[in-house]
Amino acid sequence: MTPSVRLQEMIRVIRSARTQGEERGIIQKECADIRAQFRQGDNGERSHSLAKLLYVHMLGYPAHFGQMECVRLIASPRYSEKRIGYLGAMMLLDEKQDASLLITNSIKNDLSHSSQYVQSLALCTLACMGSAEMCRDLAPEIERLLRASNCYIKKKATLCAVHIIRKVPELAELFTPSARSLLSEKNHGVLHGAVVLITELCEHNPDTLDQFRKAVPELVQIMKGLVTSSYSPEHNVAGISDPFLQVRILRLLRILGHNNDTASDAMNDLLAQVATNTDSSKTAGSAVLYETVLTIMDINSESGLRVLAVNILGRFLLNNDRNIRYISMTSLQKIVQTDHNAVQRHRGTIVDCLKDQDTSVKRRALELSLALVSAVNIRSMMKELLIFLSTCPPELRSQTTSGIFNVAERYSPSKRWHIDTILHVLTTAGGDVRDETVPNLIQLITTASELHCYTVHKLYRALVKEISQQPLVQVACWCIGEYGDLLLKGECEEIEPVQVTEDDVLDALETVLQSHMSSPATRGFALTATMKLSTRITDNVDRIRSIVSIYGSCIDLELQQRAVEYNALFKKYDHMRAAVLERMPVMGKNSPGHTNGDTSGENKEPDPSKPKPVEAGLLSEPASQVCDLLDLLGGTDTPLQPNPAPTSTPTTTSSTDLLDLLGGLEPTPVLTETVYEKNGLRLKIQCDKQTETEVMVTLIGSNSAQNDITNFSLQAAVPKSVQLQMKAPSGNVIPAHGLGQVTQTVVLNNPNKVSLKIRIRVSYSNQGVMHQDTVQIDSFPSPACQPQSPSLSTTISPL
Amino acid sequence: MTMHFLLLFSRQGKLRLQKWFLPLPERERKKIVKDMTTMVLSRKPRTCNFLHWKDLKIVYKRYASLYFCCALENKDNELLALEILHRYVELLDKYFGSVCELDIIFNFEKAYFILDEFLMGGEIQETSKQSIAKSVEASDMLQETMEEYMSKPAF
Repeated sequence: MTPSVRLQEMIRVIRSARTQGEERGIIQKECADIRAQFRQGDNGERSHSLAKLLYVHMLGYPAHFGQMECVRLIASPRYSEKRIGYLGAMMLLDEKQDASLLITNSIKNDLSHSSQYVQSLALCTLACMGSAEMCRDLAPEIERLLRASNCYIKKKATLCAVHIIRKVPELAELFTPSARSLLSEKNHGVLHGAVVLITELCEHNPDTLDQFRKAVPELVQIMKGLVTSSYSPEHNVAGISDPFLQVRILRLLRILGHNNDTASDAMNDLLAQVATNTDSSKTAGSAVLYETVLTIMDINSESGLRVLAVNILGRFLLNNDRNIRYISMTSLQKIVQTDHNAVQRHRGTIVDCLKDQDTSVKRRALELSLALVSAVNIRSMMKELLIFLSTCPPELRSQTTSGIFNVAERYSPSKRWHIDTILHVLTTAGGDVRDETVPNLIQLITTASELHCYTVHKLYRALVKEISQQPLVQVACWCIGEYGDLLLKGECEEIEPVQVTEDDVLDALETVLQSHMSSPATRGFALTATMKLSTRITDNVDRIRSIVSIYGSCIDLELQQRAVEYNALFKKYDHMRAAVLERMPVMGKNSPGHTNGDTSGENKEPDPSKPKPVEAGLLSEPASQVCDLLDLLGGTDTPLQPNPAPTSTPTTTSSTDLLDLLGGLEPTPVLTETVYEKNGLRLKIQCDKQTETEVMVTLIGSNSAQNDITNFSLQAAVPKSVQLQMKAPSGNVIPAHGLGQVTQTVVLNNPNKVSLKIRIRVSYSNQGVMHQDTVQIDSFPSPACQPQSPSLSTTISPL
Repeated sequence: MTMHFLLLFSRQGKLRLQKWFLPLPERERKKIVKDMTTMVLSRKPRTCNFLHWKDLKIVYKRYASLYFCCALENKDNELLALEILHRYVELLDKYFGSVCELDIIFNFEKAYFILDEFLMGGEIQETSKQSIAKSVEASDMLQETMEEYMSKPAF
């Protein structure tokens, strides 16, 4: 092989340049030479010059003046010149350049050249940078080459056809007839190209897809041949016979089998065979297995096969190769909703992957772990998640905290556990939680009335320890303000009692007020809490007064305003103070006191602590809030009514409430129907329309008998065209005396809009006796389950 | 295996080969090359070879002093992409005999010729190593013969 002397010489010179400037100088000189060379015309040196120019181009320098030279060289009769000319065309020309059209004629001629290597150059270039116009011009030529040529050209023509179809979809019909016949070729290159072509045709046109479904048996045969064939040195990669072709065929089978029972049945055996026989010790085998798993999950495969696929993914999780672990988790992520139970079996391994070194693996493991949390495993999973939170990389922290909050919200076994968990998260990663966390936590605390004492003690202790985590400090201040009397009483069942004096409490709040670490919102909380304590403590009211009056001249406008108003409350309206600062009532999820979205401490926090007359305009803006208060202060002398229980008028933003995950979380059983009642067990059904064809059905089991119902489980069957997806139940024990209930969600997909019927088999144990019953539900509580009418919002609570 | 592009670059971020299977303006290409080199070179050792970038999957592998990096669509098989990169390295190795980065620098046009026998339009063209080696050899012979005939040296 004659070395490219002059090109290599130039490369050597350029590389020897010691500075960027020197290199630029050399390049400029060379480019000038090249330009001169091009101007001289044909003297056998053109290809050298173009080669040099291409090198210069790769270094990042402009080379557009070489475009016309490419065109000329392509038209040359010499092979060496054509070769470099076509390479130049692929590098310098793209369909946006005008010069690219000029080579169309050359390509056309070269497609019929006597030498297959010249033909190959033309085909390659067309497939690389052919514009839509060029493709339209040359499509008939390609089609001819597809049918009548040797294998070498056929395989290239096939891929060229793929490119043409991508550029000009209407031309797909031109290639459809020849594509099918290509499947009977023996040459792997041609076969591979044929499979790619058919895949492209099917993706473009659903009718063609139907047509090619008939080719499934043929494809299965070819695949079987590859899997069971003896060692073929030509195509063997690590013990797998032509993994590239295998993967491609599997992908085509996936497309053909999707949503089609006949095709899926035809490939079931093959997929099982590939899944069991492929050796996955090397990447090639794993690639084939991976594609097989993807195919199994995407077609209508039998459940046994699906379980096999999930087990393969589970095996991948244990693989030493990090890539394979990553792949397995991304795949498990896709199927965790549909095959929940199967994936649950691998939960242990997934949780272990949280400790992996690689951040991408950690991220996948986190998403998957969150998806696998259920009522049964919540405690152990949360332990793992909290450990993860303390060591996780910073970019994953906010995702972790919001994930933890979500699952805690859905599955927490008790309020105290819930509060403890949130507190733990706030202490570990308070800086990475969302804004809604503070009002949500406050709301949660108010509902857990039996835990007020415990909560305030715990929060006080956390506050005393450190005040850098703003959300934690804010919640702590609020609680101390609200429940300060419980704190000072000193006794608490669930926590070691510690004597807290009024001074201690006020010291803590003052530290928060004065600390430079506290944000303005936090200081607002602290000031209000201090004020509230004036009605809950006995000795140090003067101290509170003095604190409040100091802040009357604070630079921060919000604090100043509050301080002034509180001052006024002390002076002019002292008789109202007790009523105004009374204990807050329990807040409902969508009540005015409950906020979501961006809160600047300014807007929303004053609301709970400032009472308003019970009027329709409860949801008014802070500005009008202030007006109300000013009215109050400047206006009448009639004493203010104590704050009555708030109405639970929902805010308009209730639908975007982050915590309102399961629409039916609120006890608003609109449209529920009892479908089964026996032995104290009552089963209710509740319908929710999700989309045009999807319905979410919630089954609620409750128990009014004397004894607990255990081993409660539900199975469901639906008409053939309806697809059923059962989510994990919330539990399998229903406590007696109506103390609790079990819910299970079922998602039905009704694409053909047949009338929905569902048969449910209930099995449970009561007092040691197993019961099993079947219930058929022919009509669902309307109108949510009628296909035509739009769904009604189900979160409207009665006033 | 619809590849969008294939890049080879050194540990210092110098581009050694770029193959684009999509029409993109020059400025766009430069930006992508810069993004890829930054992203891949900042990866720690012992992390997995797959990345997400925009809506594409990036698969990269390091061979000695060169990084081989390709971009796939979301539905493509990353493990197979690793095999493709490996196959290309094997082809180069067979052709140059124990290939190293310098071979690819000084004979970049041949690296392209070999690539063009292996991949076309972002898809695999030939799955047999021997077949590709034979075609490249035959093309080289054709060039040489014609050159001898024309009694002019090659580049």
